[in-house]
Amino acid sequence: MTVQRSRAQLSAVTRFALCIAPFFSACSGFQSVLDPKGPRAEAVAKLHWTLTAIATIVYIIVISALLFALWRASTRPPVIDEHEHHETPEQADVMKRGVVIAIAATVVIMLTFVVVSVSTGSTVARVGGTKPLRIDIVGHQWWWEVKYDDPDPQNIVNTANEIHVPVGRPVLIKMTSTDVIHSFWAPNLGGKKDLIPGHETTTWFRADTAGVYRGQCAEFCGHQHAKMAFYVVAEPRLDFEKWLGQQREPAKTPTDSLTQSGERVFLSGTCAMCHSIAGTGAGGTVGPDLTHLASRRTIAAGTLPLTTGNLAGWILDPQSIKPGAKMPPNQIDPQALQALLAYLGTLK
Amino acid sequence: MSRQSNRLAALAALVALGLIGCKREQRRFRETPPAATASNAIVMSTLQPGPAIVETGIRNPYEDNAYAVSEGKRLFDQMNCSGCHSHGGGGIGPPLTDNEWIYGSDPQNIFSTIVEGRPNGMPSFRGKIPNYQVWELVAYVRALGGLQGKAVRTTRDDHMMYKESEQARDQGHPTPTFVPPTSVKQ
Repeated sequence: MTVQRSRAQLSAVTRFALCIAPFFSACSGFQSVLDPKGPRAEAVAKLHWTLTAIATIVYIIVISALLFALWRASTRPPVIDEHEHHETPEQADVMKRGVVIAIAATVVIMLTFVVVSVSTGSTVARVGGTKPLRIDIVGHQWWWEVKYDDPDPQNIVNTANEIHVPVGRPVLIKMTSTDVIHSFWAPNLGGKKDLIPGHETTTWFRADTAGVYRGQCAEFCGHQHAKMAFYVVAEPRLDFEKWLGQQREPAKTPTDSLTQSGERVFLSGTCAMCHSIAGTGAGGTVGPDLTHLASRRTIAAGTLPLTTGNLAGWILDPQSIKPGAKMPPNQIDPQALQALLAYLGTLK
Repeated sequence: MSRQSNRLAALAALVALGLIGCKREQRRFRETPPAATASNAIVMSTLQPGPAIVETGIRNPYEDNAYAVSEGKRLFDQMNCSGCHSHGGGGIGPPLTDNEWIYGSDPQNIFSTIVEGRPNGMPSFRGKIPNYQVWELVAYVRALGGLQGKAVRTTRDDHMMYKESEQARDQGHPTPTFVPPTSVKQ
């Protein structure tokens, strides 16, 4: 009997633990506000923990006072006649003092909240550091266009859904959108900022730890809003320079017959109407630039890891992966598809 | 009892009314199989040798579909139709908002105009735009010419307004336009 009961209790505890576990799973990891990797996110996380700590203490005090009052009332003899019950002047004094202290404490706490949040606001608003790296981001349904501007047009880098940044250097981002309002949000690095069509907004962040951080659109923008993600790759300065130098190169001319015919498939069909590959005749600006497609981690804005199989599925029937995406399904012969995949694989 | 059934009937009628809008908003993301809509049944002339076949059986699957018209509008800009037809107003190419159609205004005529191209400048988009997107473009072009139902017709493009829209104008400073009569010198 006892064994059974203890087992039942245990299962209740387990069930409770299982229920609350998901709430804590968000506390760490590569897309979390509670795992800050830069000054902007750190300031907000600190504000969050400060407010939570104060609110928890206040909650515990209030609930303890309530329980104490209930306990004391239960130990006293019950009041028979309401009209006979009067407080002594001393009791009234004690109660008055209690109310004054409670009000004063509330005002002090509220003022503390104001001071803490205003100072957090100023930390978040000011770009932390000098000589920021400038990046332009354009929101599209449902992917991110990322541009690294340069005075020399030959050095402008256009990529998509993957933002490489050097560790420790602030990044200043200028954003706009081509269709609807999107919102840029990389929780580990900073708060959200909207991308508004016909209007420019700016935000900044600094990654202090090398790593890959996931971000996503935080403003509902249509069917595939949930599959509009991006990755911020924070790497040491030298690695970043190397990456940028490589991204500046145009695509290599295919050398063997398979990739050559793959390039022909790309240029003669529907692909080149929307996508660009620097160094070829493909100059479409509707979809992501594919000059260095094979150097990216994912396809379809963080929807699938970049593998040859996933790419093939995406090219043939994107609507089964991302219904409503602006890329049309394609009918390509198996041989032509293999050649195309081989060619796209060379776009490192 | 009969009052209750009357109410039920009224409710059913209301629900049915709500369903009327469904076809207009139907979004067909996945055409199966892709590019299944055939184009080879389109004929250029109604004259035929032998026994005449009146019905070609070709129709635009997106006629009177608001989503397709809006997708067509997007493609019209992205495929650079505006480069010559300028948002329907015409320029290098003929305008599309009037009721003059050099090569016909039927959906199949516009389809073949886009796919085959036409003399004097209209390029052929064969193999460059999937068939279903061509049909979406057809739906939009017909909407431009006022040939679609009123329920799915798009508004005139911002670029085609005779006056720039308020949002598109430069943000100036407010200037006083009203001078109080007392300040006017006599």
